[in-house]
Order: sequence, then structure tokens, then C-alpha cells
Amino acid sequence: MLDKPWNNRAWFFVIPVLVFVLFSSIIPMMTVVNYSVQDTMGQNNFFWNGAAWFQNLLDPTTDIGGRFAAALVRNLIFSLVVLCIELPLGIAVAICIPRHGWRVGAALVLIALPLLIPWTVVGTIWQIFARQDIGLLGAALNSVGIHYNDTQDPTSAWATIVVMDVWHWTGMVALLAYAGLKAIPDAFYQAARIDGASRWSVFRNIELPKLQKVLVIAVLLRFMESFMIYTEPSVVTGGGPGEATSFLSLDLVKIALGQVDLGNAAAMSLVYNLITLSLCWIFFTVMTQLEQRKGS
Amino acid sequence: MATITLDHIAHAYPGPSGAEKRYALKPIEHVWQNGRAYALLGPSGCGKTTLLNIISGLVIPSDGRLLFDGQDVTRLPTEKRNIAQVFQFPVIYDTMTVAENLAFPLKNRGMERRLIEARVAEIAELLDLTPVLRRRARGLTADAKQKISLGRGLVRSDVSAVLFDEPLTVIDPALKWELRSKLKAVHQALDMLMIYVTHDQVEALTFADEVVVMKDGAVLQIGTPADLFERPAHSFVGYFIGSPGMNFLPAVIEGRQAVVDGQRFDLGAQYALPAGDVQIGFRPDYATVTASGGIPVKLQRIEDLGRRRLARVTLGGHGLVATLPNDVTLTGEAAGLHVQPGHLHVYVDEHRIEGQRMTEPLHA
Amino acid sequence: MRIQGRGIAITIYLLALFLPIYWLLNMSFKTNGEIMSGLNFWPHHVTLRNYAHIFTDPAWYLGFVHSLTYVALNTVISVSLALPAAYAFSRYRFIGDKHLFFWLLSNLMAPTAVYAMPFFNLYYSIGLFDTVWAVALAHCLFNVPLAVWILEGFISGVPREIDETAALDGYSFPRFFIKIFLPLIANGIGVAAFFCFMFSWVEQLLATTLTTVHAKPIVAVMTRVYSAEGMDWGLLAAAGVLTMVPGAIVIWFVRNHIAKGFALGRV
Repeated sequence: MLDKPWNNRAWFFVIPVLVFVLFSSIIPMMTVVNYSVQDTMGQNNFFWNGAAWFQNLLDPTTDIGGRFAAALVRNLIFSLVVLCIELPLGIAVAICIPRHGWRVGAALVLIALPLLIPWTVVGTIWQIFARQDIGLLGAALNSVGIHYNDTQDPTSAWATIVVMDVWHWTGMVALLAYAGLKAIPDAFYQAARIDGASRWSVFRNIELPKLQKVLVIAVLLRFMESFMIYTEPSVVTGGGPGEATSFLSLDLVKIALGQVDLGNAAAMSLVYNLITLSLCWIFFTVMTQLEQRKGS
Repeated sequence: MATITLDHIAHAYPGPSGAEKRYALKPIEHVWQNGRAYALLGPSGCGKTTLLNIISGLVIPSDGRLLFDGQDVTRLPTEKRNIAQVFQFPVIYDTMTVAENLAFPLKNRGMERRLIEARVAEIAELLDLTPVLRRRARGLTADAKQKISLGRGLVRSDVSAVLFDEPLTVIDPALKWELRSKLKAVHQALDMLMIYVTHDQVEALTFADEVVVMKDGAVLQIGTPADLFERPAHSFVGYFIGSPGMNFLPAVIEGRQAVVDGQRFDLGAQYALPAGDVQIGFRPDYATVTASGGIPVKLQRIEDLGRRRLARVTLGGHGLVATLPNDVTLTGEAAGLHVQPGHLHVYVDEHRIEGQRMTEPLHA
Repeated sequence: MRIQGRGIAITIYLLALFLPIYWLLNMSFKTNGEIMSGLNFWPHHVTLRNYAHIFTDPAWYLGFVHSLTYVALNTVISVSLALPAAYAFSRYRFIGDKHLFFWLLSNLMAPTAVYAMPFFNLYYSIGLFDTVWAVALAHCLFNVPLAVWILEGFISGVPREIDETAALDGYSFPRFFIKIFLPLIANGIGVAAFFCFMFSWVEQLLATTLTTVHAKPIVAVMTRVYSAEGMDWGLLAAAGVLTMVPGAIVIWFVRNHIAKGFALGRV
């Protein structure tokens, strides 16, 4: 990192990306900022509204504020739950992936397959799979006496969304962890065998420390993606029953495109964006520091 | 501590069906004596690491048996063999301190804590690791990390053997020398069977009591450093060991003399030769060049190495190297070559043939 | 024995992974009558009617064409924009480089829901609304930063000495970049293209928000399978199965680099 030469002409290489991102990110954001400080009486008449939308949004006693806080909490719980499941499971899967032969390619392709399915279709797959009448999962659960109904019962709905997310994304963690495991030289495993280390000890003292870097990437990507989750629950539960699975993005789209409540939507967008941005910054800092520590 | 016996050990990787098996290691028989230090020496790909891995159990040989103190361990897994091994690159456990790294093999075998601490302290002292014992192993230099690896190899006093796989590759040249002599001292202090793989002849010759020279999966010679130098059993050994390597000349043997390009070398012995390509070989260290007398050779150039001078000469189109004594001054191309009697060896198809030395020469 | 245990574990995981997909496949070969008449673990009357419908009805197959078109456009745009930037980030330090890099990454992390409404306004006002270009450009929002990140990782794996040697050998920079450098990071480009493909192909919110009729993606078509008799489950399942095919093909091509790719070239 440190031995890179200083060259400001490198900016020329970055200009295309910069121009593009200005167009694609800054201009739309300005629209949002614009809406967030104005109110409308309809007919495209906007007037200055100051920070009122934000005050409302951040005050949990108001209607919109309560809704936002609830969605935020819901979303954080969801992200935490799926991370707690997907991370260990993904690592376990990665350890189980064969190391040699044709099976490697086959296993990798199968593990990656859910990642390449359009998110709507992921939702559709689970919508069908979870139905009590024509879905294998729903029918099977009910036939063994477990009351399960993902459109009526909040617990069932949550369970479905979590299982669906695990099904959808564990492969990503597994592939990341597999890449990290493959980078460990054989000598480490041989030395551990000679030192008489148990399998757990090998995992704890060799594999886990060496996976640190890829796991930070995994946590970053998984946290962000689950924090922004929209499509899959919107297909399976539509945010319901009631508001039970109404995560931030679902709520936002409901307000912005459904109710066309532009002021609230814009304020919510900005706050939402700011939260992800700060979290992203924390992860990014951790990651670059890890990289530097490795470099030194 | 144990004696390790290789009983017709060989290893072939399964080739394509129908094709002849490709041996990574050709059949060898050898007994590694307890308490001695051995070096496996040879160029890359000669099978020395395969042999080491067979002993440690990381590779199961395709043929033969491996005995530890007479007990067959050929198929025993590594962890049951009581072997320690140090690898080419430092293998350390990032999450542990230096002391914990050193204690790890002992802890895994359920040794008593008090004994572990004593042993760790002893090994750390031997390897100068005492000042960093409480430090995390991750932040240390490559040299220190490799010392930890060495320490983990040496920490168990009950091992049958300690195996080293080119352990000084990543070490700074200046430190290499120091660590090598340290290892030698450790060997004397701990009285263990040590087997040391290297492609560096200096490392092998200074470390080992006995050196095993290998090439293309076959053992060419097993002997003390002096044996390898004085009586290389194979022309490759002569060439590989010593700097510069041995001189070889195609020759015709006539009685007690070898004829090269019409010039006669005195062999001092009678040879019964099998059929094959005949060469004579002698070390530059035992050959001198003078201004006159001896076998006439053509001087090409003189290399001054500071401590000694070497003369590169030709004899009938064959290049040779010989020592140029400090008191000799050469003018022009003509010079004379003298080979010390008893240091001239005869090779047939690269293998050394022992001559029958008569007690009394027939003619004075 | 330990190896066997792992083999069993991974087999169970893969079976669990495949079960919902199997159920979709199963349904796609059934008529709606059979689907609604109760649970069958395999189709008793295999029918290709659902697939035939998709391949003959322009509303359906054009959905695939639109999706694949904007995905391809997006992949090309993203990778070609990202290449020089990734090279700059990997090779040089310059004013504001770290801030810029983070800012790019933050776009990767921005919730698409936030952009749905402003993108609608933006593309409407510049006349690109309801074209494949709108979706292709909109997806660049997260795909360009992603491509920069992946390529930066791969480029950093190529020693800088190669750049310097080429310069000493008298290569001009553009010639060096195309003739020498691109082949060296071909794997990285493949992986970056794979990821752009992946995220553009799976995204739905922006793709449906920015189109209505002429560029409607397959995922939007799929939301309208209601008929007079209710949901057409068989048709929906068949369409779902078909949307997995491009992904499966693409993974097969990058299977040897996929692991490193998912680590963004950083192992």
C-alpha cells in the first residue's frame, strides 16, 4: 500500500467513473434532498418545509417516526439473525467442500446457483415451496402437526424469510470462506498433524485466523445486503402479515411509490442511506486496517 | 528417540493405466541410527522431500516397509508416529504467543503443565527466543517465526526423529550460518535423530554426521562428508559436492594407467572393469598446475579467489580445473598438470570402481 | 472417515439447497389442474405446455430478450469504465484516492429502494424511461463500484515490475495496457463481468420501476400471471426455471475462478 508512487495524473483514469457516478448518484440524491426539505399541495407546487420531515421521522412518537423505528429495529434483528446463521453455516460448508477432483467444480457450481437466481424468482420459489396447499415445505410441516402459515402467522412468516435468506446467501459466505481456506498452504495442516492438533484446534488456530480477512468481506456484504433486503420478502409476504416482515426498504417503497408521500420518503431515504453509509465506513476502516497489518 | 529402518522403501505415483509406473523414489534400504544427524542432499525434484514425507507419514510409500525400532509403522498416521517436522516456510499459529506456540505439541499430548513450562523455557533459551516468549507470534520477523517452527520441532524430547525440510530457505544469509551452528549445538545437546533435507551442500556437510546424496529419485551415495569428498561413489556426487566440482575425463585404461588424449595418468592400482563408458575423475583440490613437467595442458585462464587460485586448463579439448599454487607463476599457454596419487578415481557408466592396489609396485 | 463425514455433510447441504428448486421444476412440468389437485412428488402427466407458452408468447420471450440485453449492456459498460479506475487505484496514490474509493464503495452499499424514485424522475426527464438503456445505466450504480473493487484486487496481484519492464521495452501505455496487461488480468475481468452479470440479472426493483412496456424485464412479466382461473402456477414455475438457465451457464464458465472471485481477488 505504502510503496505506491504518488501520481496525480492517475486522476485521468478515474474521471470516467467519476462522471458516471456523479450522474448516477449525485443527481438523484439531489432530487431526494430537494424533496426532503419541501412539501407539496399537489399540482407540482412545492414550498420550503425546513427540517420538519426529519423531525417527524426521528421522533418515534409520531406516526411515521414510530413506523420507521419499528422497521429499523426489525431490519437490524433480521440482519443479525441471518448473519448468525449464515456465517457459521457458510464456514462449515466451505470446510466440507472437497479439495480435489471433479467434485470441487460440481459442488462450487451448485453452491453458487441460488446466487444467480433473480431475486423475484427466489421469492417465487419460496412462495410456492411454503404454501400449505401446493408447497412441499408448508404441506410437510402442517402434516406433522406444526401450525405453519407464512401469510397469516408472523412467526411462520419470519421463519420463512430467514430460511429463504439462508438458502439464498449462505453460498456466498461459503465461497468466500472456501477461497480463504484454499489460500492456506498445506504445510500448516501437515504441521498441525505432526503437532497432534485436534480438528477443532486446527480450525481454531489455523483456519479461523487465516479466514479473518475474507470473513470481514463476508460480514460486510451480507450485512449490507440483508439491511437492504426488498425483493424476496415483497414477493413472499409483502411485508406482512400486518407489518411483521416490513423491513426498511419495503416500507420505503410503500411510502415512496405506493403512497407517493414524497417528503416522508425522501427524509427516510436520506436517513436510511446515512445509516448504511456509516456502517459501511466502519467495515471499510476495519478492512483496510487488516490489509495494512498484513502488509507490514 | 529411535532407530529408523527403510526396508526397500519406494514410492511411485499411480501413472496412467498401462504406462510404466513413474518412481518418485526408487527402492532404497537404509538404517538411520539413533542420535545421529543425517542430511538428504540433492537438486530440486530428486525425491528427498518425498523420502522425508514418507518418514513423517505425510506420504504412504507404494512399496516397502518403514520400521521405527523394529516396529512396522508404514501405514501409521503421522500423529501416531512420534515425529517432529520443520517445514521450508515458517508455520506458526497466529493467535498464540511464542510460548504457546512452543507448548502446543506438548499440550496436545497432555503433558503436565509444569513440565511443559520447563521444557519451553529450555528450548527458548537454546534458540534465543526467551525475550519474545510472551509476544504474539504473528508480529515477528520471518527469521523469528522460523525459529519458533524449529523450536516446535525440537520441543518434544520423546520424538523418534526430528525432520527438517529445507528449514533455512527463508532465513537471511547472515543468520543462516548462526542458526546452522545453533542446530548443530542443539543436536549435540539433545541427542536426537535428526534428518535434514537441503539442496545446499554447505548446509548438508556442516550439519550432518552422514549425508545421503540423491538424484532422480535414487540414492547415489550415503557417507560421511569426508567420504563424499574423498571417494564420490557416483560422478554426480563428485560434481555436486565440492566447489568447483570434480573434473571428469573420458579415458582408456591400460593396466595401471589411464590414457587420455595420448597422455598417461598413473592410477596406482589394477582395475577389473565392466563394460561401459570409462571416465577418470579427480578433484581440483588434489591437482596442481606448474610451469613445466607433469602432463602437458593448455592454460585458459586463472581465477583468483583470494584464498586460493584456480587454473582453468584444457587437455585434448576437455576443460579442467586445478589448483595453482601461490608460488607458481605461469607465462604463456603451456603448463603441466600433476594429480596427487590416490586421488584419481575410475568411473564406469558414472559409478566408481574400486581398484586392486598392490602392496609392491611391479617395477620401480 | 473424517473425509467421508464431510462428504455426507456437503451432500445433505446440497440436497437441501436443491429441494426448493426441485419443487419448482416439478411444478413446471405439471398442468394447473394437477398442481391444484394435491401434492405430487413428481409430475404424473408430464407436460411441456408451460414452456411452449413462454417460447411462443412474445410478451414472455421478449421479457427474456429485454433482461439479457440490459444485463449485457450493463456488463460491458461497467467493466470498461472500471478498468482504468481500478488500475489507477491499484498502482498510484493521488489526491483524494482513499476518499474516492470509499465513496465509490458506498454506492455499492446504497439501498436500491432509495434510488427507485429519483431514478424514475431522472430517466423520465432525459427520455430514456422504458428502454433497456435506462436499466443498464441504473444498474451501473452498484456494478461500476463492484467492478472497480474486484479489478483492483486482481490488478494488485500483478507485480508492478511488469508495467515498468514494458515501459523500458518501449511499449506505449495504451499498447502495454491492451497487449500485455489485459491478458494478465483476464481472470479478474472474467470474474468482474460475472459479478456485473449476476447483480444486474438478479435485480428487480430498479428494473421494474424504470420500465413499463417496451423494455419490460422477465421478472416483471412474471408478476402478472393471474388469469381468470387465478394464479397460473405452472407457467410461473416454468418461467422461474428458465431464469436460472443463464446464471447456471455463466457459473459453469467461471467455476475455476469463482472462489477467488467471491473473495474479490483478495486472498
